[in-house]
Amino acid sequence: MENVRVLEIKEDIASRNNEQAKSIRAELKEKKICFLNIMSSPGSGKTTLIVNLVNRLKDRYRIGVIEADIDSAVDAYTVAEKTGVKTIQIHTGGACHLTCQMSYDSLCALGVDDLDLVILENIGNLVCPAEFDTGATANLVILSVPEGDDKPLKYPLMFEVASAVAVTKKDVLPAFDFSIESAEKNVRMRKPDAPVFFVSAATGEGMDGLVSYVEGEIAKVAD
Amino acid sequence: MHELGIVVHVIEQVEKVAEENNVEKVARLSLEVGEVSSVVPDLFRDCFEWSKKKTKYLQDCELELIILEGLSYCQDCGETYKTTEYAKKCPHCGSYNTYLVTGNEINIKDIQVVTRT
Repeated sequence: MENVRVLEIKEDIASRNNEQAKSIRAELKEKKICFLNIMSSPGSGKTTLIVNLVNRLKDRYRIGVIEADIDSAVDAYTVAEKTGVKTIQIHTGGACHLTCQMSYDSLCALGVDDLDLVILENIGNLVCPAEFDTGATANLVILSVPEGDDKPLKYPLMFEVASAVAVTKKDVLPAFDFSIESAEKNVRMRKPDAPVFFVSAATGEGMDGLVSYVEGEIAKVAD
Repeated sequence: MHELGIVVHVIEQVEKVAEENNVEKVARLSLEVGEVSSVVPDLFRDCFEWSKKKTKYLQDCELELIILEGLSYCQDCGETYKTTEYAKKCPHCGSYNTYLVTGNEINIKDIQVVTRT
């Protein structure tokens, strides 16, 4: 005889990822390691910015970099070659974002116990990475000048989860219809308290402010 | 197109519950999906129909999607309003000092199962 009954599950599907993210953050804070998750659309200059940041910080801090992509290892080779710091490349195998498990496995593969700062270059995508907490202690969101100052309006969640925003490629500003005031206003609409930095990794303009911000984040977890 | 990833995750959870409860098959799965959870219901259904064929217990499972309304709360005037109509800006006082209360959920509510006796 067949019996039909209802089983209550009542499980929030994000809960497992969120719980894991919390425990990663707690472990990193205990070990005094800053974990910076960098997110943006493809081609906004994440890798170039990371190379520049690492080279300005590596004399004072021990740094490791995790490069995440769907395929290839070009970014990891670029970062390793131009900075000399410990770098690994991970592949999501088609997935458009990193889950917390992938992030945890990457931290283990990199080996973080001897580091002060771990930088994660997330998959270039303004949608899905915002929905999955990686366990990072801070989220730096990048918006590049050629993308347009209206991106925070189109991708609200990405800018809502930002701890700070870096507007990159400032050196090409004259060639694009991009307003610094509008960009700042649009970011503020999503995240009123996030600091916004206007930088050019190519010329070095504005990088000092961003470097100070990252140092502040390192100091926060080292307290 | 992250619906497939979510479907795979949901199915894994449901199969686990089915296994633990000595279930013969799962006849219906009820899922609560928030209006602003970035899940597209039609895409989700397509992914589910494709994925269920590869499962042990959900071969004939019917999917019920319960849409939960997106509501935001304004911290300046204390009013609640429909998120899909007004987004971040409070229609009562114009403030942006608002946050989402409901509408971002993806909850596995319950499953109807057939058990062996």
